[in-house]
Amino acid sequence: MSDQLTTDPSKPAQRMRAGSMTLTLGPWIVAAIALMVMPYIFTSNSALTIMNQMWITVVFALAYNMLLGQGGMLSFGHAVYMGLGGFFCMHLMNYIEDFGLAFPLPLLPLFGGLFGMGFAMIIGSFSTSGAGTRFAMISLGVGELIAACSVIIVAFFGGEEGISGDRTYGLPFFGVEFLKQIEVYYLISFWLMLSAVLMYLFSRTPVGRMANAVRDNPERAQFLGYSARWVRFYSFCASGFFCGIAGGLFAISYEILTEENLNATSSGVILLVTFLGGVGFFFGPIIGAIAFTLLQTVLSLQTELWAIYVGALFLATVMFFPGGLAGLMMMHVPALRLGKASGLVMPYIKTLIPGAIGVLGVCALIEMTFHFRHAAKGDHEMTLFWTTFDSHTVMPWLIAGIIAAVGLGVARATAPAMKEAWDEANTAGGAS
Amino acid sequence: MELILVNVIDGLVTGLLLFMLSAGLTLIFSMMGVLNFAHASFYMLGAYFAYQISLALGFWVGLLIAPLIVGVMGAGVERYGLRRVHQYGHVPELIFTFGLALLIEELVQFVWGKNQMAYDIPDILNFTAFSIAGNSIPAYKIFMIFISVGIFMGLLYVLTKTRVGMIIQAALSYPRTVEALGHNVPLIFMGVFGVGTALAGVAGVIAGPVLGTFPGMAFVLGSIVFVTIVIGGLGSLWGALVASLLIGWITTFAKSYNIAMSDILNGIGIATPENLSDNMFRDLWTVTSPQIADILPYILMVLILIFRPAGLFGKRES
Repeated sequence: MSDQLTTDPSKPAQRMRAGSMTLTLGPWIVAAIALMVMPYIFTSNSALTIMNQMWITVVFALAYNMLLGQGGMLSFGHAVYMGLGGFFCMHLMNYIEDFGLAFPLPLLPLFGGLFGMGFAMIIGSFSTSGAGTRFAMISLGVGELIAACSVIIVAFFGGEEGISGDRTYGLPFFGVEFLKQIEVYYLISFWLMLSAVLMYLFSRTPVGRMANAVRDNPERAQFLGYSARWVRFYSFCASGFFCGIAGGLFAISYEILTEENLNATSSGVILLVTFLGGVGFFFGPIIGAIAFTLLQTVLSLQTELWAIYVGALFLATVMFFPGGLAGLMMMHVPALRLGKASGLVMPYIKTLIPGAIGVLGVCALIEMTFHFRHAAKGDHEMTLFWTTFDSHTVMPWLIAGIIAAVGLGVARATAPAMKEAWDEANTAGGAS
Repeated sequence: MELILVNVIDGLVTGLLLFMLSAGLTLIFSMMGVLNFAHASFYMLGAYFAYQISLALGFWVGLLIAPLIVGVMGAGVERYGLRRVHQYGHVPELIFTFGLALLIEELVQFVWGKNQMAYDIPDILNFTAFSIAGNSIPAYKIFMIFISVGIFMGLLYVLTKTRVGMIIQAALSYPRTVEALGHNVPLIFMGVFGVGTALAGVAGVIAGPVLGTFPGMAFVLGSIVFVTIVIGGLGSLWGALVASLLIGWITTFAKSYNIAMSDILNGIGIATPENLSDNMFRDLWTVTSPQIADILPYILMVLILIFRPAGLFGKRES
């Protein structure tokens, strides 16, 4: 326990200053405007679909980070709360359609959220009594149980084909029928902004601050008179609520929910997304969700092997940058404050660009190996980086190998200079 | 009666197989305090390596060499991966092994493709050992039982009777003191990690021909192994054994006896509703035990965690 008493700037709790309930309006306004303008920049239908998916993942990842980043609870079955919220919304949607009730669609995610919270209250009542391994194992067990139930309890989960509905039922909402993708986009954006603001505010309430305290040192928090268990329980319920909202948005956007939305793979993906973005900062999961959705949609169009690259990226993040992408960005704040960030630009270019080229060379080798082994017999032609060549001749292998070796070699050679520049940029005062 | 005996043997095979995985996992847990999510991935690697070796040199060489390779890989993961992540705390360690599990599965698909490998029982063991009331028991099952029991005995002997075992046990509980006495504790940890993963490799080698060698095999068994050591009590070798056998028998018996939920409910005096298809709980009424056999361990684990958080044989609160 002694290591937790020392001050460590890499620990999020000690970095984040306790603030008031007020919001710094700047970033939020920028985010809101960006959300409004995005459809005018990326007008195609597929771009809208990708953005919808992205924002839903953002809500989900933020909700997940309420547990992982802010509460220190690692959940391996969190897709359950999103999935259940979604399933409930779907049933509600069908129910309203059958009985012709007057119910505006934009309110639907709220009910998904309430259902998610209700379920989180049931599970949280026994799972939150401990953090760490015990909590992780219960979440895994519950996740597997619900995923298995989705095939058995056909009445609620619809078996293997899932349940589907139609969002354009009944009464239009102020003339909007949600027929078009763009209308759904704005609905999702609205809920994204609302939930993000609420989640941020939650992290600023006393409960949110206590969640940080309980994460870092539960014993000490209990000596101060707070029940660690109840603090965890509140975080868990709040997280369940926002997961349910994400589920409701998913139901509206895709109009179908299946077992896939509940299973262990989805739970794993959200852990990956959140950690990739960075658990130490509120905006980390947002970056993670955007980066991951882009990787998933863009990379999976280019190569069959995208999961290998994402997995390798994930492992590299855990090993070298446990702060994630957000942590990587925030590492540069001290240098910026000291006004020395400009000294970093050249070393970065010298090291990172050859490094990136080298990595691309390695990727090319991997792709060629894969093609060599698994392509249909006689199919020797492959296209990589806009060039078509024969994967069974020596030349491409040689070129890719040389590119990889040279790129990584240069990066390795210039790395000490970058380290030096980094140290220099983070040292206050004149030349040291 | 005969059927019960057959099921007992089947459950024993499943249980002992689980035990080979959970023994290594529980050793690693008591050492590092971290559940190794990639443990089942090493089991899968064992099966694939053994398959590849058996193509060239035969099954028996594979049984010897594949676990060695897996053990060396495991030790490498500990040395160059986990030890590095260790400084960041437990949660990143857990996430690291999780990411490793994903990556290994992708790599296996990359190298061997998505199809099941033709990894078969060696001819010399491909006969019927004996039969019980018409149910034949393959010799390979008996072989599996013997291998697992042998490994358990060996492990128990090494851990409790030899000097190395004493040092390991001491290092598990008081690493600093053992280090002060002049032992290289990081090396011990690396060794235990290697042996644990090698055990998983052995399990993979002998289970591959029976359960199938395919990229999903780690996923199928992975979470059940955690369930096993959580039920048994984290860090307890005996607990792992008891829980493995328990889970093996529960799932085997649930699968072979078709007990319907409606029979149980009728038995305790609740009558079946008349129009079942309209009833809200119709799925509850039609559930049968083979259907829920695979989720029984999870139910058991959640119950154990609620009522006895330390597990059956666990000593300390995790």
